[in-house]
Amino acid sequence: MSSPAKLRPATAPVVFTGNFLSDGRVAWLAGDGTWSPRIAEARVFPAEAAARVPQDPRVVGPYAVEVDLAAGLPTPRRFRERLRVTGPSVVAEPALRLALAS
Amino acid sequence: MNAVTPVGAPRHPEHARLYRYDAIDRAFLQERIAEFRGQVQRRIDGALTEDEFKPLRLMNGLYLQLHAYMLRVAIPYGLLSSTQMRQLGMIARRWDRGFGHFTTRQNIQFNWTKLEDVCAMLEALADVDMHAIQTSGNCIRNVTTDEYAGAACDEVVDPRIYAEILRQWSTLHPEFTWLPRKFKIAVTGSPQDRVAAQVHDIGVLAKRDAGGAVGFEVWVGGGLGRTPLLGTKIRDWVPEADFLRFMEAVLRVYNALGQRENIYRARIKILVRDMGAEFAGAVEREFAAIPRDPYALDPAIVAAIAAHFAAPPFAALADEPATYVRARRENAEFAAWTRNALRPHRAPGYASVTISLKPIGGIPGDASADQMEALADLAERYSFGEIRVTHSQNLVLAHVRQEDLFTLWQALGPLGLATPNIGLVSDIIACPGMDYCALATARSIPVAQRISERFARLDRQLEIGELNLNISGCINACGHHHVGHIGILGVDKRGEEVYQITLGGNQGNDASIGELIGPAFSYDAVVDAVETLLRTYVDRRDPGERFVDTYRRLGAVPFREALYAPA
Amino acid sequence: MPLLENGGLVADPWVAVAPDAPIPDAPAIIGHDRALAEAEALAGRNTPLGVTLPNDVPPETLLPILDRLSLVVLDLPKFRDGRAFTQARTLRERHGFRGEIRAAGHVIPDQYAALLRCGVTTVAVPEGTDPTVWDAARRVVSIAYQPRLDPTAPLAGLRRRLELA
Ligand code: SF4
Repeated sequence: MSSPAKLRPATAPVVFTGNFLSDGRVAWLAGDGTWSPRIAEARVFPAEAAARVPQDPRVVGPYAVEVDLAAGLPTPRRFRERLRVTGPSVVAEPALRLALAS
Repeated sequence: MNAVTPVGAPRHPEHARLYRYDAIDRAFLQERIAEFRGQVQRRIDGALTEDEFKPLRLMNGLYLQLHAYMLRVAIPYGLLSSTQMRQLGMIARRWDRGFGHFTTRQNIQFNWTKLEDVCAMLEALADVDMHAIQTSGNCIRNVTTDEYAGAACDEVVDPRIYAEILRQWSTLHPEFTWLPRKFKIAVTGSPQDRVAAQVHDIGVLAKRDAGGAVGFEVWVGGGLGRTPLLGTKIRDWVPEADFLRFMEAVLRVYNALGQRENIYRARIKILVRDMGAEFAGAVEREFAAIPRDPYALDPAIVAAIAAHFAAPPFAALADEPATYVRARRENAEFAAWTRNALRPHRAPGYASVTISLKPIGGIPGDASADQMEALADLAERYSFGEIRVTHSQNLVLAHVRQEDLFTLWQALGPLGLATPNIGLVSDIIACPGMDYCALATARSIPVAQRISERFARLDRQLEIGELNLNISGCINACGHHHVGHIGILGVDKRGEEVYQITLGGNQGNDASIGELIGPAFSYDAVVDAVETLLRTYVDRRDPGERFVDTYRRLGAVPFREALYAPA
Repeated sequence: MPLLENGGLVADPWVAVAPDAPIPDAPAIIGHDRALAEAEALAGRNTPLGVTLPNDVPPETLLPILDRLSLVVLDLPKFRDGRAFTQARTLRERHGFRGEIRAAGHVIPDQYAALLRCGVTTVAVPEGTDPTVWDAARRVVSIAYQPRLDPTAPLAGLRRRLELA
């Protein structure tokens, strides 16, 4: 499961996230109640809602993530969660890395 | 779900020495895959909760990480045939993003696995007699051993034989599959400990008595993580026949008495520390109570397994052939590479070659599918089709003719595999850290990349000399930071990545746990801190001293003063 | 609670007796401490007796009464807690216990085969359990690198290779 170890009560608006059971990819709870791979579609909840984590059999280990809102779009406060949005900060594919290096 | 794979034997190169599966081993793998397929199906159907499924998938090497599932494939004691390496490349290309990550446990990880693909990946692994069994979970993990086994000059006993015996014994062991915590065993057969025996749950040193009989020195209760501890020797000599009986005794005492409430107190090291001398007593009582004969290791079994690791047909050669000497003289780059990539071999005219998976600025331990396939070819041409994975995340071609070294080196260069940095500052051990790992508190890969770039120049690395720099992205210490001469641990400080530095760690016969030098450094400052430490060392060292030797002689003070001096 | 034996559901003739309740003249399960404390009084009993053994109590504790027991119930408070596996094996292999060994608590089908191989004979399972899932789980891996359960020597090393020879 991928939720971070330490959880304290949320003080900022939250979105809900987890990983899809089928492929493990990052999932965000969208406005229509489905789970989306894109955080831009995530529904933003007030901080008080953080404790009521929605469950879905297709999503593993859902938890709340505190976000800042810029132009209406949620950005996670924690670095870990921003990495889950952007993917690894390092160029993963060696071929690409070699191409960049040369 | 998947087509049934015909259970045929993979074609390993004739002289590659690895444990060769028979029909029963293969049938077992197929059954294990069928079991896992059923478990995945029950999870998808909802019959298994995630809480129940998690330990089951972990026992088959499947983690859920930050961005995807990760499949950790077992490479038994780090030994691969070229056929297997090629298949790993195929898997990387087909089900991952074209690469794999070799770990400090001599395994390989695929970072972009989908649950729905796992059984197909396991089938592909089984095609070459590989699997992901017990690469995670609270069970006996993949046994590790010396990457130079069968080649090292100082080897007394071939550790692969006993590593394989332990592999079979521990595979789905019915009693030891639900231990308090994971359990790691390392085996070495040389007086020079190259497996970090003292930081394993059990470290086994195989040796011989005056009559040549094999026996084992057993160390228990070492480990890194939150409470780093060195192991305690609990037996100086376990006769070969009693080997498994003794292992059973240690595991039973642990399974019965190990802590289970607190995950940070559940490893055997805590039990050993808390019980003190009484631990060895409990093991000896248990050992005495286990009936001897049913557990005796039959010499016929040992001989049958030893046959798998017989010496390949080495040619009668002489050391330092003229072509090799000339190539070294005429090509300075090649000469530089030979200085740290090679280890002496027991057969004259041969050498063991360590291939760096640490290109400057690269991800430590990563190899692309292209590299894996090319390495498989090179292993076939130059090293009997055999490849080993090292605990420092490099690869070894164990048996290369010295006369072939120059052509091998020329082939490695264009593949990005000829970085001449083995054992130097840029040969960094690093775990995946927060770029992939769900447990991480900070990133480790980019820190390794920046350090490697800072010290990119070879003359600088050579001036610094032998150095182990190890980086972990959390206290679980998969990057072995405690036993690095310089260890870096990434932690989270109020949402920010900061890095603690430990100094004076070492592995081998004079193992030690590094000491925290002072307050942590920011992501931006940590590379400068390493540079300051190394400058201090170079200024203060006596001739011939490694970093850790200077640290032991001078203590922490000069290093601390250099690091934290007011600007 | 349904009882699983040999991959199927069977009737459970045993009654669990509360610590202070009188022991009925029927197959009765009592706490191991009570069985030890009242060993003398229980000596004359002709109906089968069973005990529960907590997972932090070594099986040796039962030695004074073991030959009078027909059942030992082992506890898995969480399925991940594997102490019962060692207890079962010790009872069978070292102390030659021939009666029923029952696993109770949180047990999952995926543990069934290993429990059997350690000497457990029955599992107390929740209401509504589908025994076919358990039966499939115990059969799916038929090959073991250690020997199958054999009451005289359950788990000696590497017997697969011996059988092969
Ligand atoms: S040390 Fe921590 S961050 Fe690194 S791989 Fe291990 S668990 Fe993950």
